[in-house]
Amino acid sequence: MARAATTQRKIINTAFAWMVGLLIFFPIMWTILTSFKTEATAIADPPVWFFFDWTLDNYRVVQERSDYSRFLWNSIIIAGGSTFLGMLIAIPAAWSMAFVPSKRTKDILLWMLSTKMLPAVGVLYPIYLIFIKFGLLDTRIGLTIVLMFINLPIMVWMLYTYFKEIPGEILEAARMDGAGLREEILYVLTPMAIPGIASTVLLNVILAWNEAFWTLNLTAAKAAPLTAFIASYSSPEGLFYAKLSAASTMAIAPILILGWFSQKQLVRGLTFGAVK
Amino acid sequence: MGRIVLDQVTKSFGDVTVIPPLDLTIEDGEFAVFVGPSGCGKSTLLRLIAGLEDVTSGAIRIDGQDATDIVPAKRGLAMVFQSYALYPHMSVRKNIAFPLRMAGMDRAEQDRRVDLAASVLNLTDYLERRPGQLSGGQRQRVAIGRAIVREPAAFLFDEPLSNLDAALRMGMRLEISELHKRLETTMIYVTHDQVEAMTMADKIVVLRAGHIEQVGSPLDLYRAPRNLFVAGFIGSPKMNLIAGAEAAKHDAHTIGVRPEHITVSATDGEWSGVVAVSEHLGSDTFFHVHDTGLADTITVRADGEVGFRHGDRIHMTPRADVIHRFDEQGLRIA
Amino acid sequence: MATKASRTAARLMLAPAVILLLGWMMVPLTMTVIFSFKRYLPMRGGDLGWVGFENYVRFVNSSAFWPAVQSTLMIVGGVLLITVVLGVLLAILLDQPMWGQGIVRILVIAPFFVMPTVSALVWKNMFMDPVNGLFAHLWRFFGATPVSWLSEASMPSIILIVSWQWLPFATLILLTAIQSLDSEQLEAAEMDGASPLSRFIYITLPHLARAITIVVLIQTIFLLAIFAEIFVTTQGAFGTRTLTYLIFQRVLESQNVGLGSAGGVYAIILANILALFLMRIVGKNLDR
Ligand SMILES: Nc1ncnc2c1ncn2[C@@H]1O[C@H](COP(=O)(O)OP(=O)(O)OP(=O)(O)O)[C@@H](O)[C@H]1O
Ligand SMILES: [Mg+2]
Repeated sequence: MARAATTQRKIINTAFAWMVGLLIFFPIMWTILTSFKTEATAIADPPVWFFFDWTLDNYRVVQERSDYSRFLWNSIIIAGGSTFLGMLIAIPAAWSMAFVPSKRTKDILLWMLSTKMLPAVGVLYPIYLIFIKFGLLDTRIGLTIVLMFINLPIMVWMLYTYFKEIPGEILEAARMDGAGLREEILYVLTPMAIPGIASTVLLNVILAWNEAFWTLNLTAAKAAPLTAFIASYSSPEGLFYAKLSAASTMAIAPILILGWFSQKQLVRGLTFGAVK
Repeated sequence: MGRIVLDQVTKSFGDVTVIPPLDLTIEDGEFAVFVGPSGCGKSTLLRLIAGLEDVTSGAIRIDGQDATDIVPAKRGLAMVFQSYALYPHMSVRKNIAFPLRMAGMDRAEQDRRVDLAASVLNLTDYLERRPGQLSGGQRQRVAIGRAIVREPAAFLFDEPLSNLDAALRMGMRLEISELHKRLETTMIYVTHDQVEAMTMADKIVVLRAGHIEQVGSPLDLYRAPRNLFVAGFIGSPKMNLIAGAEAAKHDAHTIGVRPEHITVSATDGEWSGVVAVSEHLGSDTFFHVHDTGLADTITVRADGEVGFRHGDRIHMTPRADVIHRFDEQGLRIA
Repeated sequence: MATKASRTAARLMLAPAVILLLGWMMVPLTMTVIFSFKRYLPMRGGDLGWVGFENYVRFVNSSAFWPAVQSTLMIVGGVLLITVVLGVLLAILLDQPMWGQGIVRILVIAPFFVMPTVSALVWKNMFMDPVNGLFAHLWRFFGATPVSWLSEASMPSIILIVSWQWLPFATLILLTAIQSLDSEQLEAAEMDGASPLSRFIYITLPHLARAITIVVLIQTIFLLAIFAEIFVTTQGAFGTRTLTYLIFQRVLESQNVGLGSAGGVYAIILANILALFLMRIVGKNLDR
C-alpha cells in the first residue's frame, strides 16, 4: 500500500477490524472476566460485564482444591523438557543438512516431515503397550519423550530454514580465519542463529504445552499436565463457571503471552518454511 | 613468503569434472588474476587453493610444503569473499581481530594490529560499528582488514569488487593495487572485469572449462594471444575476427584485428561498410559497422571527435603490423 | 563448502535425529500393522492368533464406520470452508491501513494459543450450555427457547469450536502471503485500468493460491486428528464420532486392539495420501 489511504477509509477499516478482532477474542476475554466473578454473578442473566465485585477467590479455591501448581509444574517440565531434548538432537541435524547438503538431504527432510503426518491414533496402542512395558505410563519422562518425538520434525525444519539463511561463505570465512569446527559453531554459527533457535524453542514450547492427545491418553494423576487438569473439569465442576474460568485462565495465560511473541515464527514453523 | 604450486590438480563434483589435470605456479609476491567465462572453474580453483574444497587428485604446495591435506585454517592463506562474509554479530574491531583471536594472540597485540590495519584502510572511525551499519565499500575494507592482520602467505580474492558501483570499484581497485605494492605478498584475484585484470595483474591466467588457455603478463596476452579464445576474451571491445578470403590474403584461416587498430575515413580505405550504431563515450567513439562482407559486425574504436552516424558509409583500414593470424585449429601463427 | 572432514562430521550429527525418528516411526507402525491382522483383546484373552484381513473387513462393515466417515468429512470440510473463506477476508482486512493493527492482529491470533481442552470446555459450558450459557441468555433475551447446542446441533457446534481455533492459523498464513505480494504488481494492474474487484480476482487470489493450498493440506492433517474437542464435549455421542475417535474407542475403551489397529492403518494410509500432496509443494519450495 504505497499510497496514503483517505482518513475516512482508515476510520472505517479500523472500526470494522476492531469489531471483528474483539468478536474473535471475546470467548477468551469472557473467560478472563468470569474468573474474577463470584459463581452467582458468573451465571447471572442478563450477563454482568465489567461492574461486579472483582474477586480472586476462584484462583485460591482452584489452587487449593485441585493443586493447580502440580499440574503447572508437570506442564512446564514436559513442554520445557521435550523442547530441550529435541533441540539437542535437532540443532546438529539441521546444521549438517543446511551447511553440508548432500543428494539425500531433501529426501531426509521430507521424510522427517512425513513422520509428523503419522496420525497419533494409528499408533496409540503400540505406544501404550511400550509405555506399560517400560513403566512409563503416567510419568513425566515418558510424556517428555513422546512430545519430543512428535515435535522433532518441526524443530529440525524450522532450524533448517533459519540456518539456510546464514550464508555458507561466512562459515567458510571463519574456517579460513583459523576457526576449527568447535569455534565455528561456538563463535560464529550460534550467535547468528540465536534468533532462529529462540523462535524454534518458543513455538515448540507452545505446541507441547497445548498437546492434547498423548497428554490425555498417557497420563492419569501423577504426570498429568494442564491439558488433562482442565479436561477433568468436564463435569460436574464445569458448571462452576467462575472456577472453570479461573482454571482455564491459569492454563492458557503463560502460553498466550509466549504466543504473542511468536506470531511470525508460527507461520514458518507450521508450514515447514513453505510460507515465510 | 607465498609461492603456490599446483601440480596435476583435478577436481570433480560427482561425475562432473570441473578441473581437468592442471599445473600452475604462482611466484612469491606475484599478483595473479584468474579470468574466464562464467562457470569455467575460477572460484573452484581458488577454493581448492584455500582448502575449502578437497582436490580430487594432484597436489598443492605452498612454499614448497605439501598443503594438499592441510585444513584451510592451517594453510596461512587469507580469503576475501564476494559477499564480504563479515560476521554480522561482531563489531568491525571484533571482525578484524577474529583470526588473531583464533590464533590465540594476546589482546594487546590484537589491538595493535587491528588499529594499524584500520588506519591503513581508513576504518578507524568505524571500529565499534556493526557490519550492517557500513556502506558496501567500507564492508569490503573490513573484509580486507580481516585478511591483512593475519599477515598471510597469500591473499585470495573471489570477485571482491563485483558488488560495488563503478566509482567505488575504481577506488578499491587502486587501494588493493597499492596494498599489494606495499605488502609485496602473493595475491590471487578472480574477476570478470577486463580492466581489473589488465591493470592489477602481474600475471593473468585465462581459464576455459577448467583448462588453462594461456598464462602471461597483461601485455603478453594483449599483444600475442595464443589462440582465438584468448584473443576474443582479452581486450574490450572484443577483437574483430575475420575468416575467409580476407584472412587467406594473410595466409591464415582467421585473422584478428583489434578495434583500436583500425583507422576510419569518410572517403577511402581497405574495407567499407555501413554504420549501424555509433556509441560516443566522450574520449572515444565506437562504431559498429555492418555490410562489410567480412564478418557480421566490425567494431572500430575511433577518436571521440569523429562523427559518423547511423546509416553513414564508412571506410576502414587495419594497421598492418598488428594483425593477428590464426590457423585452422585457432592457434596463433607466429 | 564440503571437504571430507566436514562431511563426516555432518553425517555424525545427522545420525541421531534420523535413527531416533526412524525408530519412533517404524516400531509402533510395525506393531500396529501386526495387531491389525490379529484377533487381539487384552481384557478378554489377549492375543488370539492371526485372522488375516478380518479386522479390515469388520472395521469397514461395522455400523459405526460410515457415520464416522461422514462426520469426519463434515467436520473437516466445514472447518476448512469456514476458515479459508473467513481467513482470506480477514487477511485482506488486516492488510488495510488502520490504527492499532498490531493489537487487532493479536486479538485475532489469540485463539490459536488456547489449549484444545480449554477452548472445548469454555465453549461447551459458558457459551453452549442450555441453561446458563451465554447463547441461552441471548436466545431468551430475544424470546426464543434456548437450544441444547451440543446434543441438538452437535455437528455445527463442534465445527464452530474447531473453526474458532483454526481461523487464526489460516488468517496468519494468508496474511503473510498477502504481505509478500509485490505492491508494484497491483499498481501495474491499476495503471492497466483494473477495478479493485478484478485486481483481487486476477492478482491477489492467484497469488494466494499456494498459501491456500498449504492451509488446506496442513489443516486437513490436523483436523483429521482432532481429539480433545470431542473427548471433552460430546465423547463421540450425537453423531460426532469421527474416525479418530472411533479408533480411540475401539482401542482403549472396548479394548479391541486388532479392530482398532485395522482402523489405524486406514487412518495412516489416508494421512499419507494427503501428506504426499503437501510434500510435493514443500519439496518444490526446497529447490529454490
Ligand atoms: N559444489 C558443487 N557441486 C557441483 N558442481 C559444482 C559445485 N561448485 C561448482 N560446481 C560447478 O563447477 C563449475 C565451475 O564453477 P565455479 O564456481 O568455479 O565457476 P566460476 O568460474 O567461478 O564462475 P563465475 O564466474 O560464474 O563465478 C560450474 O559448472 C559449477 O556448476
Ligand atoms: Mg565464481
